[in-house]
Amino acid sequence: MSTSVERFDEDARREASRHGRTVVHRGELLRHPVYTRVLHWSVAILFVLSLLSGFGIYSAWLFRWLTPLFGGGPVTRFLHPWFGLAFDILFFFQFLNWFVPMTWTKADSRWTRRVKEYASNKEKLEPEDVGFFNGGQKLYFWAIVISGLLFLVTGLLMWFDDAVPRWLVAVSYVVHDIAALVMLAGFIIHVYEGTAAQPGTFQSMTDGTVSEEWAWTHHPAWYRDVTGRDPREDFEHARRRQGARARALESWELEQDARERAGEIGPAEPPER
Amino acid sequence: MSDERTLQIQQISAHPGPIPGRGTQRAVEVCKYIDVTTCIGCKACEVACVEWNDHPFRETTFDNTYQTMPTTEWNYYNLIKFAEHERDGNFMWLMRKDQCMHCADPGCLRACPADGAIVQYENGIVDFQQENCIGCGYCISGCPFDIPKFNPATKKVFKCTLCSDRVGEGLEPACIKACPTGCLHFGTKDDMLALANTRAQQLVQISGFKNAGVYDPQSIGGTHVIYVLHDATQPETYGGLPSNPQIPPSYTVWKWLAKPAGLAMAFLGIFAVIFHRITAGPKWPQPEPEPVVTERPDEADAKRKEKP
Repeated sequence: MSTSVERFDEDARREASRHGRTVVHRGELLRHPVYTRVLHWSVAILFVLSLLSGFGIYSAWLFRWLTPLFGGGPVTRFLHPWFGLAFDILFFFQFLNWFVPMTWTKADSRWTRRVKEYASNKEKLEPEDVGFFNGGQKLYFWAIVISGLLFLVTGLLMWFDDAVPRWLVAVSYVVHDIAALVMLAGFIIHVYEGTAAQPGTFQSMTDGTVSEEWAWTHHPAWYRDVTGRDPREDFEHARRRQGARARALESWELEQDARERAGEIGPAEPPER
Repeated sequence: MSDERTLQIQQISAHPGPIPGRGTQRAVEVCKYIDVTTCIGCKACEVACVEWNDHPFRETTFDNTYQTMPTTEWNYYNLIKFAEHERDGNFMWLMRKDQCMHCADPGCLRACPADGAIVQYENGIVDFQQENCIGCGYCISGCPFDIPKFNPATKKVFKCTLCSDRVGEGLEPACIKACPTGCLHFGTKDDMLALANTRAQQLVQISGFKNAGVYDPQSIGGTHVIYVLHDATQPETYGGLPSNPQIPPSYTVWKWLAKPAGLAMAFLGIFAVIFHRITAGPKWPQPEPEPVVTERPDEADAKRKEKP
């Protein structure tokens, strides 16, 4: 099965990159190819539509706020199952695309144990065993897999409620809500981590590329895999280079000050990197 | 000029003597009382219901009983359920007029997510407002009596209104009007309960139905449709009348406690990430340049002041 899935994904990726392209500049690495990006944003759009239409029905306080976005209560109720179904179908392809890199490893278990240090930003660099995805990303992915399944099962039970017993609909209603709340919690963290929390990450899902600095900071093991170089060594090298440049800038500024005091007009160019 | 059914007179100009009707307390809660022991299963109530609500006569289902169809339908609010029952070795025919019970604590209303789709009037009538109904069908699973029915064509849910349009005008419901045996009664809840209790006593003492009693289930706060049954200990025999009707906890505890809690958590989550960003700060790709200004703003200020 896995080989046919791989073949399918390979074909899809090749087909997608025929229509779209990813430009990798100097000092950057390819992180997400076109196919992955298209899938991610399709899933994202359908998720947001499902979330907003679902939350209009979820809470009486949000009903009057959210249902007008879709054309009123009845239309919201009509559209929500279709948004959800489309989300599940698209996510299925994303699952095929990602379940191999999302496989849980010992490194991820270690990552979850030091999640406190990660969240408090105490450690500037990720441990060297963090690969293409870290433990948190994998947790979110598998939470979506489980929630997506729960959404599908309970959603169908509520959609075709005349064919199932009353109590099953009542149970589905709660399970559907819990799955949605779990997904929402993950979604808030996901959006935050992908934008404001880690500068340079959003670019990986828009342009498909990340800087090498980003890669050795957040996913060192992946950096080692794609570049064949040691992430820590490269980091140290960059640090030394930066220090040298800072010192050069400082001495240039002092010289410039001295020249100004003496009334001389010297070279105004600062030292190059 | 005025509607004396709804407007009570407080003062009258130049009127000698007491004011008519002054001081009377209106019992607002209405009730339909069904005496199943005197029902003959003529179905006049079914026909009157369909006629008053202007529904077309729909196809019936024959299943070797006298029952018109298995359950009530979206355009057939009122159905007499026929049950063959054995009591003390004798055959008995149990006929029960099935319709919305107009619960004091309505499961349909608890379950409904649409603003204004289900209302409960002061007089106890639970009414669906189809223009606000979004057709989700939660009320169907919220109802302990399996009463609300979905109309696939309009995607709206319908049920018995207790003829709220008639009761509002001071008329009795259509089914009451049509009943030829007088097994259906309509009045205030207090009056109907008194009448029903009297009848139940009569059945116990005179007719030999030792377990006869009134069906007014308190598990949902009582209903605005009450029955007198030959055997109140076994309501299930009357076409599946639940002895202990319950609203699923997902529409009570979950909806009124856990749901708002979940919503609050979601908002807290959004606040949490915003405050994480402005306190813990972002995680830049390393190495990031050395900060120019020290972390504490007062130190930076002090240094700036030292410079001439």
